[in-house]
Amino acid sequence: MRPKHKDLVVIGGGPAGLAAALAAKKAGVEDILILERDEKLGGILNQCIHNGFGLHTFHEELTGPEYASRYIDQVLEEKIEYQLESMVLDIDEAKNITVLSPVHGLEKIQAKAIVLAMGCRERPRGALNIPGSRPAGIYSAGTAQHMVNIEGYLPGKKVVILGSGDIGLIMARRMSLEGASVLAVAELMPYSAGLQRNIVQCLQDYNIPLYTSTTVVDIEGKERVQSVTLAKVDENLQPIAGTEQEIECDTLLLSCGLIPENELSRKAGLKLSPASKGAEVDENLQTSIPGIFACGNVLHVHDLVDYVSSESAKAGQSAAAYIQNPAEQVQEGVSIETKGLVSYVVPEKIHTKDLKEDVLLRFRIKKPIDDGCFILECDGKQVLKLARPKLLPANMQELKVKKELLQNAQSIRLYAGKKEEA
Amino acid sequence: MKKEMICINCPKGCSLLVEEKNGSYIVTGNTCPKGKEYALSELLHPMRIITSTVTLLNGSQNRVPVKTDKPVAKEKIFEIMPKIYALHVSPPVSIGDILMENIDGQNANLIATQNVKVK
Repeated sequence: MRPKHKDLVVIGGGPAGLAAALAAKKAGVEDILILERDEKLGGILNQCIHNGFGLHTFHEELTGPEYASRYIDQVLEEKIEYQLESMVLDIDEAKNITVLSPVHGLEKIQAKAIVLAMGCRERPRGALNIPGSRPAGIYSAGTAQHMVNIEGYLPGKKVVILGSGDIGLIMARRMSLEGASVLAVAELMPYSAGLQRNIVQCLQDYNIPLYTSTTVVDIEGKERVQSVTLAKVDENLQPIAGTEQEIECDTLLLSCGLIPENELSRKAGLKLSPASKGAEVDENLQTSIPGIFACGNVLHVHDLVDYVSSESAKAGQSAAAYIQNPAEQVQEGVSIETKGLVSYVVPEKIHTKDLKEDVLLRFRIKKPIDDGCFILECDGKQVLKLARPKLLPANMQELKVKKELLQNAQSIRLYAGKKEEA
Repeated sequence: MKKEMICINCPKGCSLLVEEKNGSYIVTGNTCPKGKEYALSELLHPMRIITSTVTLLNGSQNRVPVKTDKPVAKEKIFEIMPKIYALHVSPPVSIGDILMENIDGQNANLIATQNVKVK
């Protein structure tokens, strides 16, 4: 098979891939190909029909499909090549891509640079260790969202939701609007994993109870779900005997977290970060293989598409810079050490010598913090301290760091926690 | 009278407090003008944008996503939904196309939020 050659291949035609391709094109790359496995561009935004997207990017509130179309229109205008129904099977470290599609069959593409923008997947039942039988009627919230919003089917009429991630909350409202009764949302942790606004407009508006520190301990039903048993959990997240509550229902939706989809990254042999579950990247969003970049939810799970778009534009610009001036020798960067309640930070490392731009650190915290602060230390010296009155794990945190503060640093440390414990 | 609420205008989700003093309302906790507007509307007459889908006939897909172009009275949502269920449209559909005018007398139109070409 003779390989095709492309300057830049973007894997994934969702919000990350679209923004990366557009930014690369604007930075002067002409020969770009977006590979998308679905029948249309836009990715998960196509099924996110609710509003709330685009406040940062477009200063107006858009629905998912509207937000996607703003980018799709630009991709069409810029005549960026894209290929639909195209499933990438393999990437290797020499940037050879194997892709399968009904139109072209099996193809090999040799790319000068690759942007990984494959998004994330929902944590399935199998990864949650929920006891009970295995009847029909158990879906991930995103699957239910696809059934309702794309296919036009209601997956059930009496619904319990496990997990209070945003998709679960959005689906609680969506199922209610379509005539189902949502009986309860159970959340294992003592706080919700979703945005506050969604608790208000998706649960409280529809009188749906949210039970925190609660999990599913049993599922009954042979052919179809007949009931779900909830129980309170203790501080070690273990169910407390005697607190069980059986709820008759026909559907259980799972909204228990998202995981970056890094199957291809693993095949390529990229170094992955156990903390973010995405590729380890530097300040240019370059992975451990020169010329391969990662952005969006495949890098780390975002709560706002606006942040995906801006991060991905950066990856596109970096890919363009690499294509125009490839540097196969990557100098060692300085890893950012995380302290306190920081669960991960992206980028993981920074090339502090001749830093050309300010660096945006994106990170999450492990649990809610009242009266908290962020501290950045370089070479043991505090260079930045910011007070934050209220911090929630559901919100991704951002810290813009001036390049002068990081220049030539040998060690970098990021702390988040209570102000008095700092 | 005092009422605490969480602003739903943006993902920040500011905690708002509305207090009535001598017939006027004072809003605190908001970090932008929209928060104040929301708090007053939420106290006096809660409004929401509805998003849903309608049936697409003879199209390349089953559904077309839609929204109300303005917020509608929250208590009218379940009166409006059956009108959305009953709606059938045919392609082509463009973003912003008005699919139903002045829905349920709410002074808001139901508009398409996705472009759908003829199959």
